[in-house]
Amino acid sequence: MSFTLPSLPAGFESQFKVSAAYTAPVRRPVEPVGRYFLAHATRSMRGHTWSEFEKIEAETNVKVVEEAIDEDDFDVEQSAELLSHDPRNWKTADLYAVLGLSKYRHLATEAQIIKAHRKQVLMHHPDKKSAAGGTLEQDGFFKIIQKAFETIMDSNKRQQFDSVDKAADLLPPSAKSTYDFFTAWAPVFASEARFSKKQPVPELGTLEDDKKTVDAFYNFWNNFDSWRTFEFLDDDVPDDSANRDHKRYIERKNIAARKKHKVEDNRRLIALIQRAQSEDPRIKNFKDAEKAEKAARKWEREAGARKAAEEAAAAKAAAEAAAAEAEAAAKIAKEGGKKAKEAAKAAKKKNKRAVRASAKDSEYFGAAADSESIDAEIDIMIDSFDDATLGEVASKVTGASADTVKTTLQGIAAKLVSEGKVAASSLKFFSA
Amino acid sequence: MSVVIGIAFGNTSSSIAVATSDGKVDVIANPDGDRSIPSALSYVGADEYHGQQAVNQLVRNASSTIVNFRDFIGVPFAELPASAFSEISSKPLNYNGQVGYKIDGSDVSIQEVTKRHLKQVKLAAEDYIGKTVEGVVMTVPTNFSDVQKAELKKVSADSGLPILQFINEPSAALLAHLSVDDKLLQDRTYVVADFGGVRSDAAVIAVRGGILTILATAHDLNLGGDSLDNALADFFAADFKKKYQANPKSNPRSLAKLKAACIITKKTLSNVQTSTISIDSLADGYDYHTTINRLRYELVARDVLSKMAAFTESVVLRAGLETLDIDEVLLVGGTSHTPKLASNVAFIFPESAVVVAPSLDTKAINPAELIARGAALQASMVESFDEAEINESLAPVVVNTQHIQKSIGLAGADGSFLPILLAETAFPIRKAVQVTASGDVLIALHEGERSIKETVLEAEVYSDDEEAYSDEEPEVRRDVVYVPGTKLAELALKGVSAKVEVVVNITRDGTLTVSAREVKTGAVAVKCETKFA
Repeated sequence: MSFTLPSLPAGFESQFKVSAAYTAPVRRPVEPVGRYFLAHATRSMRGHTWSEFEKIEAETNVKVVEEAIDEDDFDVEQSAELLSHDPRNWKTADLYAVLGLSKYRHLATEAQIIKAHRKQVLMHHPDKKSAAGGTLEQDGFFKIIQKAFETIMDSNKRQQFDSVDKAADLLPPSAKSTYDFFTAWAPVFASEARFSKKQPVPELGTLEDDKKTVDAFYNFWNNFDSWRTFEFLDDDVPDDSANRDHKRYIERKNIAARKKHKVEDNRRLIALIQRAQSEDPRIKNFKDAEKAEKAARKWEREAGARKAAEEAAAAKAAAEAAAAEAEAAAKIAKEGGKKAKEAAKAAKKKNKRAVRASAKDSEYFGAAADSESIDAEIDIMIDSFDDATLGEVASKVTGASADTVKTTLQGIAAKLVSEGKVAASSLKFFSA
Repeated sequence: MSVVIGIAFGNTSSSIAVATSDGKVDVIANPDGDRSIPSALSYVGADEYHGQQAVNQLVRNASSTIVNFRDFIGVPFAELPASAFSEISSKPLNYNGQVGYKIDGSDVSIQEVTKRHLKQVKLAAEDYIGKTVEGVVMTVPTNFSDVQKAELKKVSADSGLPILQFINEPSAALLAHLSVDDKLLQDRTYVVADFGGVRSDAAVIAVRGGILTILATAHDLNLGGDSLDNALADFFAADFKKKYQANPKSNPRSLAKLKAACIITKKTLSNVQTSTISIDSLADGYDYHTTINRLRYELVARDVLSKMAAFTESVVLRAGLETLDIDEVLLVGGTSHTPKLASNVAFIFPESAVVVAPSLDTKAINPAELIARGAALQASMVESFDEAEINESLAPVVVNTQHIQKSIGLAGADGSFLPILLAETAFPIRKAVQVTASGDVLIALHEGERSIKETVLEAEVYSDDEEAYSDEEPEVRRDVVYVPGTKLAELALKGVSAKVEVVVNITRDGTLTVSAREVKTGAVAVKCETKFA
């Protein structure tokens, strides 16, 4: 039944006309099931309008598609060696490489495994080989693919294979080479971490980590609980019941071998951790820091004693300084006396010379004939002078006129005679 | 990786399902190989039996076998229905006001019983998946009270199965049914009739824009597969009595034997036309062996089967609808395998309604698994969310939504009505339709008025010798048609050449916007708005 719209009646001018409100709605609970309810709930909770919601949905859908495109990175082809691997020894083949998953290894998801397996089967199916001109017997690699798929899809068997997957192991850096501790060791620990029963495993971290983190890290590794098993390396147990003893012998041998492998692996891991611990610059830093802290603590602890010693030393120094000062002062004082004496001596000499010279300078007061006796009398006077009188006389006679000199000397002579210091008889000239 | 499974915990049986990453659903079988695991526990000495093994113990150790306990979780002992004590199994007893059972001389609470059952279920699921189950989506009947849900949630968490979400059984079943061909986006009205072991539930569910809304529910706690078994047992007992003058219903052990055999016979008759029943030493040392065909069985069970069909009809009336308004009837539960039940239901509903049951459609999903499948689908949807997010989206503000009460659509040139949004559509909603048009057109938005169109079908022309039939009333075919009612808005579009797209959008606050534009690049839309009264 086709539906046609009525044609526009004449006289309908406006673009639209609202006539009535619609019947009042009823509030009912909707059933919280299905993805459309999920969409409804998202819209209600976020308050999106319908068109906003559609836009967001469209964006998320696009993302999913993009992820799907660049998601898987399977190996394009296998090495000739692998392709010609004997299917009877399939256990020795790299099962991840067989499926083209060598880039993912133990990280491959179930979906990836299924996808990769499908791809490999399409490529290596015996029907395809025979169609391409081969014989039906060329199915060795296909058999390995099936075995690999069987093993890797079974979580138990996959663990067993992962345990002995040498290609996924990362060796620690060679001790002889120089390397950065963190860049060299982080991948090693990350690789070992896949065997941990406890997840997540702490990461190696950086140089800036505090002691607690680092301790927790090594503590975890020192108590490492590994699920690694070595059943994959077992010899095949013959399943015929013909020789039960032989079967049991093989079983016992396998168990012993597993134990041996496990012990070896544990030993290897312990050595690895010990080496890392000894090389870890953080631990060294912590040790240094601890030492420094210890020293600081000791320093603090001995602060009292040190202060007393300091004070004693200061007192001692002060005393020494004072003594030295006193000594210096004494020395200076001593030296000062000597100089004054010498100066006085020099002055006395100078005065004596001035007094002696005064008579000669005054041309012996006109009595040059008596010069010898005058000089002798002056010498006598000078000898009897005390220092003060000598200075006084010297200052009076120096540069004075002959009369003044004569008067002065006569005055002095009279004074000396009157004082009884010199006999008047010896001073004939000046007493006259 | 977290695994979230769906559990349909029923009175009679439980099923577990898990959705795989590619969208398929696996229904999980327990170690006995049962996908429909009887919700039963039996204790013999120190041994615990679960599932079918426990049911088998009903014959020998009825008093220490617990069945049909789901409905009593969180119900005070005083409020138990009388039917709870009529079973041939361990009778419920008063356990501190709650329901309890006697096991090995000591009383255990119903919580403990449920816990033991769920632990077995968890074990079966984990054995199958190979990973630990971290959460479940559990289904409950629509009349399960909040107290019961809280109790069940607690018990389930104790048994290691934290419940992420409860969903209603009919919604789960419908979700599973609609997800097969992704029919969620078709706006249709469904009746989901669930015939279980001891009870029947029905719901009318409107699916609009992928969102399910329950319009009405009905429950009958005394109608179910057991009623069919009893009818069959009565028939065989009468037959046995006539043959051997011994009454197998007189002692519980004989009755248990007879019922167990009747259940097998009933199931067989759902698949084939004849079945044998043979019981060694049914009563007084007499063996019983006889055959029964499907017709006989249907006669024997006629009362029960017609009650079931009437029950299905009753829910439609409760919703204020007629059977004509129903587009599809989904039969759920183990009893729905019965072919006569499906044909009885099909007879009540008009021919246009599709009845989904295994006897009518061989591709139908096993009705006993529908609920678990729906729960698993929901589980796969919620597993990526944490509990807070789930609870947030189950808040009343999100779940309680406005529904329009009359359909909204366009009036056609000949007075016809093209619905865009059907009645009971939850909003916010947006929906677009495209109609052909040319020239200047009027787009008239109307509410639809429901009316019944009666067409008299021309009676077949019979030959003269079948005169007797001529008195028959002429057959009348009734159809629901919608005609344009209240006019809401009109838009004018001029110079249209091919097609017009009409978009009706009702926002959260009830504003209805209608816009129309010609389908070509650069066409300008004409818009107008209205509100609800």
